[in-house]
Amino acid sequence: MTQFNWSLINFAWLPILPLIVVAVGAMGVLLAGVQVDDEDSGALGILTIALLVFAAVLSLLLFGGRPSVAFSGALAAGGYTAYFDLLVLFAAAMTALMSVEYAADQGLAGAEYYALLMFAALGMMLMAAGDDLIVIFLGLETMSIAIYALAGFMRHDPRSNEAALKYFLLGAFSTGFLLYGIAFIYGATGSIKLEPIEAALSRPATDNALLLAGVGLLLIGFGFKIAAVPFHMWAPDAYEGAPTPVTAFMAVGVKAAAFAAFVRIFMVHLGPLGPQWTMVLWVMAGLTMTVGNLAALVQTNIKRMLAYSAIAHAGYILVGMTAAAAPRAGGAILYYLLGYAFTNLGAFTVVVALERRGAIHDNLADYRGLAARHPFLAAAMALFMLSLAGVPPLAGFFGKFYIFSAALDAHLLWLTIIAVINSVISAYYYLSVLIAMYVREGGVEPAALRTRPALIATLVIAAAGTVAIGLFPQPYITSAAGAFVSALGNAPHHHVVLSR
Amino acid sequence: MPLGVFIFLAALAVTSALGTVLQRNPVHCLLALVVTLLAIAVMFIGLGAVTVGFLQVIVYAGAIMVLFLFVIWLLNLQAELRTSPGYLALKALAGLLCAALVAELFTLLWHAPTAGGAQAAAPPGYGSIEKIATMLFSDYLISFEVTSVLLLAAIVGAMALARRAPAPQHASPQAAAADGPARPEGA
Repeated sequence: MTQFNWSLINFAWLPILPLIVVAVGAMGVLLAGVQVDDEDSGALGILTIALLVFAAVLSLLLFGGRPSVAFSGALAAGGYTAYFDLLVLFAAAMTALMSVEYAADQGLAGAEYYALLMFAALGMMLMAAGDDLIVIFLGLETMSIAIYALAGFMRHDPRSNEAALKYFLLGAFSTGFLLYGIAFIYGATGSIKLEPIEAALSRPATDNALLLAGVGLLLIGFGFKIAAVPFHMWAPDAYEGAPTPVTAFMAVGVKAAAFAAFVRIFMVHLGPLGPQWTMVLWVMAGLTMTVGNLAALVQTNIKRMLAYSAIAHAGYILVGMTAAAAPRAGGAILYYLLGYAFTNLGAFTVVVALERRGAIHDNLADYRGLAARHPFLAAAMALFMLSLAGVPPLAGFFGKFYIFSAALDAHLLWLTIIAVINSVISAYYYLSVLIAMYVREGGVEPAALRTRPALIATLVIAAAGTVAIGLFPQPYITSAAGAFVSALGNAPHHHVVLSR
Repeated sequence: MPLGVFIFLAALAVTSALGTVLQRNPVHCLLALVVTLLAIAVMFIGLGAVTVGFLQVIVYAGAIMVLFLFVIWLLNLQAELRTSPGYLALKALAGLLCAALVAELFTLLWHAPTAGGAQAAAPPGYGSIEKIATMLFSDYLISFEVTSVLLLAAIVGAMALARRAPAPQHASPQAAAADGPARPEGA
C-alpha cells in the first residue's frame, strides 16, 4: 500500500470559502428546519438570507483579488467569479426574501424549500467558478436538480406538477446534449479543463470535425438552459406553473449562471473558434429575440408574458455574445445581467404580492385598476416594466445601450437593427401592463401589504437597484468590464480573436 | 484467464443474454440481464481491467438495473405486449440495428491489435484503481466533493416532492380524507 501523496492536492481555502458557506449553510437550514412547522417557516427564510449575505460579503472581499486558478485548474478565482457569485447570491437572497411570507402562506415545506434554494445557488456559483467542464457540468446539475424540485413544490397544484415534470424531462434531455458535447471536446483536445482545451485549439493535430461537433452540442445544451429559440419550449409552462418566487429565481439566477459558464467557455476560451460559433449565435440571437417578443404580445397570463420576455432578453444577451470580437461586449453582458436581475426580481415580487393562498391572480386582467387601490405596488410594477422595455434612465435602457453599441463595434449592423425593432415591439406588451393598472378598472384586491414587510423590502431593494444602476451606470459598467477582463487574465491565448 | 473459466463465463453470458430476450416476464428478463452483466464484469476482472469490472458491477448491474426495475414497476408492465402488428415493424428495425452492431463488432475485431500489442501500449498501472483514486482525490477533488452535494440536493428534492404532506387547509374534508395516510400507494 503506497502512501497517498497529499501534496498532489492543489488546495486553496480562499476561493472556495463562499461555496463552503453556502453548502454548509444549506445543510444547516435543513437541520434547523426539522422542528419548524411549514406554516411558520419565515425564520428559516431569514436564516437563509443571513447565510447568503455572509457568503456575499466573502465574495465581495474576493472581488478585487488577482485572477488565479485553484484545485489544479478546476476552479477560477478572481473578479469574474466573484461578480457572478455576488449576482447569484443576491438573486437567491431576494428570492428568499420574497418567499418569507409566501412560503408560509402557501404551506410549502420550509426547510426543504430554503435548503434547495441554497443548493441551487451553490450550483450556480460553481458554474461561474468552473474552469473545468466537469465542474461546470456538476454545478449545472446541482442547480437544475434543485430547481426541478422547487418548480414542483406546490404539490396540490397540477400546473406546478406539470412545470416540474416538463422542466425535468427537457432539462435532462438537454443535459445529455451538454455532456455529449463535453465528451466530444475531451476526445478532440484530450483535456477537460478549459485552459488546456484553449491551448489545444491552436495545435494542428486537433481533430476539427470532432471539436466543432462538441462545440455545437455544447451550444444546444446551453441554449436549453438560457431558453434560447428553438430550445425554449419548456420555459413558458415551467415559468407559469412554478411557485412565483421560484420563477423569479429561474428567470434571474439560472439565466445568470448559464451565461456565466456560456460566456466563460465561448468568449474567453473558445475565442479562436469565434468565426464558427458567432455565426450560429447570430441566427440564434435573432430568432430568440423575435420569437420571444412576438409570443409575449399575445399572452394574457403575466407569468407567461414574463417568461417570453425572459426569452427575448436572452436574445439580447446573445447579441452581446455574437459581438464577441468587440472588446466591450463582455462587460456589456455582465452589466445587462445585473440590471436585468434587479428589474425582473422586482416584477416577479409584484406578481407574488397579488397571490394569496388558494387564489392565484396571475392574469393580466387581475392587474386592472391596481393603481387606484395600491398606488405603491402599481408604481413599482410600472418602473420594472419600463426598465424591461428599455426606457431611459433605468437599468434596462443602459443594458441594451451597451450591448447594442458593442454589436455595432463588431459590425453587426443587421443584428442590431433586428434588436432595436424588437425593443420597440416589446414596449407594446410592457406598456399594456401599465395601461391595465392605470387606465382600466376591475381586477383583484391583493392581500394587505402591511402584513407582508419582507415583500415590501424586496420591492424597495429591487426598485432602488433598477433606478440606481440606470442613473449611475458608470461604477457598475466599470466593475462589469473589469470582471470580464479578469476572466481573460486567466487565459493566456485569448488574443487570437479577442483583444483586451 | 484460464480457457475453462472463459468458456464457462462466456456460456453463462450468452445463455442469460438469450434469456433476457426470450423470457416473457419483464422482471425475469431483467434478472437474466443482471447475470449477463455480472459474467462480463468477471471477464473484465480476469483480463486485468479491474476498475472497469467493478464499474460494470456498480453502474450497470447496480444503478441501471434499479432504474429499469423502477420503470417496469412505474409502467406496471405485468404481461408482455406482443400481439400488436405494429411491433413487426419495430422488430424489423431491431433486427437491422442488431445486424449493424454485429458488423461493427466484427470490423473492430478484425482491426484490433493483437493481445500482446495492446498490453504493451498501456503504461504499467494504467487504469488501476489506485491511479484513478489518486486522480480523483487530487486533480478532480472539487468534482468529487461537489458530486456528493449534488446527490444530497437530489435526495432532499425527491423527499420534498414525495413526502406525504398534510392536505391544504382550504380543501374540503373529503379531499383531505382522500389525501390521508390511509390511501394505498399507486392505487
